[in-house]
Amino acid sequence: MSAEAHAGNRYYIPNGTHWPIIGSVGLFTTAVGAATWLEDMDFGKYLFVLGLLILFGMMFGWFGTVIRESLSGTYNTQVDRSFRWGMTFFIFSEVMFFGAFFGALFYARVFVQPWLGGASNSLFTNLLLWKGYEPTWPSNGPAGLGGAFEAMKPLGIPALNTLILLSSGLTVTLAHWSLKEDNRKKLIFFLSLTVILGFSFVVLQAHEYIHAYTEQNLTLGSGIYGTTFFMLTGFHGLHVTIGAIMLTVILVRAIRGHFTPQNHFAFEAVTWYWHFVDVVWLGLYIFVYWL
Amino acid sequence: MSTVAVAHEHHAEHPRGIWRWITTTNHKDIGTLYLCFSLLMFFVGGAFAMLIRAELFTPGMQLMDPLFFNEMTTLHGLVMIFGAIMPAFVGLANWMIPMMIGAPDMALPRMNNWSFWILPFAMLLLLSTLFMPGGAPAGGWTMYPPLMLQTGIAFPFTIFAIHLMGISSVMGAINIIATILNLRAPGMSLMKMPMFVWSWLITAYLLIAVMPVLAGAVTMELMDKYFGTSFFNAAGGGDPILYQHVFWFFGHPEVYIMILPAFGIISEIIPTFSRKPLFGYSSMVYAIASIAFLSFIVWAHHMFTVGMPLAADLFFMFSTMLIAVPTGVKVFNWTATMWRGSLSFETPMLFAIAFLFLFTIGGFSGVMLALVPADWQYHQTYFVVAHFHYVLVTGAAFAIMGGVYYWLPKWTGHMYNEKLAKTHFWLTAISANVLYFPMHFLGLAGMPRRIPDYPVQFTDLNQIVSIGGFVFGASQLLFVACIILCVRGGKKAEARVWEGAHGLEWTLPSPPPYHSFTEPPAPNLIWAHPYRND
Repeated sequence: MSAEAHAGNRYYIPNGTHWPIIGSVGLFTTAVGAATWLEDMDFGKYLFVLGLLILFGMMFGWFGTVIRESLSGTYNTQVDRSFRWGMTFFIFSEVMFFGAFFGALFYARVFVQPWLGGASNSLFTNLLLWKGYEPTWPSNGPAGLGGAFEAMKPLGIPALNTLILLSSGLTVTLAHWSLKEDNRKKLIFFLSLTVILGFSFVVLQAHEYIHAYTEQNLTLGSGIYGTTFFMLTGFHGLHVTIGAIMLTVILVRAIRGHFTPQNHFAFEAVTWYWHFVDVVWLGLYIFVYWL
Repeated sequence: MSTVAVAHEHHAEHPRGIWRWITTTNHKDIGTLYLCFSLLMFFVGGAFAMLIRAELFTPGMQLMDPLFFNEMTTLHGLVMIFGAIMPAFVGLANWMIPMMIGAPDMALPRMNNWSFWILPFAMLLLLSTLFMPGGAPAGGWTMYPPLMLQTGIAFPFTIFAIHLMGISSVMGAINIIATILNLRAPGMSLMKMPMFVWSWLITAYLLIAVMPVLAGAVTMELMDKYFGTSFFNAAGGGDPILYQHVFWFFGHPEVYIMILPAFGIISEIIPTFSRKPLFGYSSMVYAIASIAFLSFIVWAHHMFTVGMPLAADLFFMFSTMLIAVPTGVKVFNWTATMWRGSLSFETPMLFAIAFLFLFTIGGFSGVMLALVPADWQYHQTYFVVAHFHYVLVTGAAFAIMGGVYYWLPKWTGHMYNEKLAKTHFWLTAISANVLYFPMHFLGLAGMPRRIPDYPVQFTDLNQIVSIGGFVFGASQLLFVACIILCVRGGKKAEARVWEGAHGLEWTLPSPPPYHSFTEPPAPNLIWAHPYRND
């Protein structure tokens, strides 16, 4: 596939590519599968899995093409800058996605609870609909959906997870420094450590979820507390998982010697993403577990 | 002209037929795909509107049951916004931005292909709901819970269609930002960029900021319906109004996403046909930036009647009225550009002038709606429908049509048929006003939106509106005719199609080479930019 891209004297311009249409078919299949699955049609789950497989295949192929081009020196500094802008704004879009859920949490805590209790201009909401409801947090609402539950505590596993993620931020930076020193052994060591820390976080989070469901009676159905807790930490956990997979890919590439001290944007993009996931966790730890 | 030689040599390599369009990474091909897709969706959404106006031609129920009517209003909104207006602007951005900044293509050409090719699949998901048991979504394009949660099988399909459109928009926007920030020809500083490029830079930023928030809002609905969460359920400590806050935090910037590129197009057309530089270039840039900033702090003016505390009502009222200031700057500057200009009235200019008058009417009714006590009267009436159709049809859609006529000779290498185009313009401009202006009166008289029936005293005005609507719809066939005739032939267009046009895109031949600038243009071409004298 030597003719995957051709450059003029100055600009990099790729030839046509079939990966996007495969990606679109994958997205479409996944969406139809998920929708039919949610509506209790049995074939839905198979379609869903098939769609995901198509998407994975697409990513494998597309990124593979990009990696081959990068290694063959097709890219110039301008392409590098385009990738950097692309990754920056992709992370910004992720920030806004989490912003929506943090916004829901703040709104529910700061406004909805007092209003259900009759504050501001909502006296009659309380008197007519939810008489006697005393706003508290954590809360599963005036109807006490899901029954009594035990809320999360900031110490224990969440504190350990904070330590793990912050340490992983440190180890990935050490890996970056090693890469810049051209010390591949140290790079692989610290990167492996980061991957291990990342997956440990996911395992501990899974353990915490199982504990919440089995011991604390805290579920997605536990009113607004359960909703915001599981949705925020769940989307974060999903991003940690994706980040850890990305780190693994980068580790494999580091072992194969793909990176040079000058040219390793893929590595940097993954570290940016990893730090973003880290910062989101700090927000979660403060606002979901602690305050 | 080595540029042309390289391009032709390359032209021979790429695949032919449908596979070319599916695999293309070329900004012109992708721009064409976007524009054709949006034209198709314009007619699909338009067909829904025709059905709505047919049902409303007389009081009582005649053509459809109320559920189907609600499906039509919902799909009309979603298809026109996400299928017609937005992709049309992205198509224009794809075609014009690389040529305007002196670049060969977009910064991330493969992702560019994917941004487009997600869209047909997203629309397939959305439109397929029409054939499902229980019908298409009928809760309005804003998809408010709890009403939206009563949708049948169509519900998850609608949500995932929104997700896909969001992914497409975010990728498109990332690409546009990377292109503008990274691929400008040497010598083109930010404050020397054409106004269309500026408007898209800011629009792309808005898109990346708010499309994920929409994804969040509809995901919360999905979770509430299928996984027992309580985001919008007061019994569990949630609040249906929360949806409206999250949705309109997306929704209001979205409104500007659909009008800022229109501002950019108008800022290109008016100087050309006034034969003068744009008046107040830098104030135009700052006005767009101010509007973008304000768009994030006005969202709850869509919610004045939901029972927010008075302090919130007041804050959102005043912040909304502030938007009239930068918008006024823009309208003033366009008018000042024409002042003592050597005006001529080709079709793009006619659309631009119509935009200037009619968009401003929409802006004025917007200021009226911003007033809390007045909004309590206007809310959920046809006055609101009149308002946003003035900004979205006679605003955004007119700018798109003007832009298409303005650049069509550049794209095809042929002049369009001016007589036919002017007929299209006059029919469109007159019928649009017959269609939308009486809606103001209907709304003030108390006719509610999204209701398939009305009391007999509204009959006369509704019949006028419907007739305007049918003429408007039919007139658009002339638009298609103009485009097809222009693609197939016509008077040869010169490189500088319009004698008053300035900018790098007019230094390329018409039609331009496959890769617009394979070498950056000479800086003196940029210095010759007419918007600045330095």
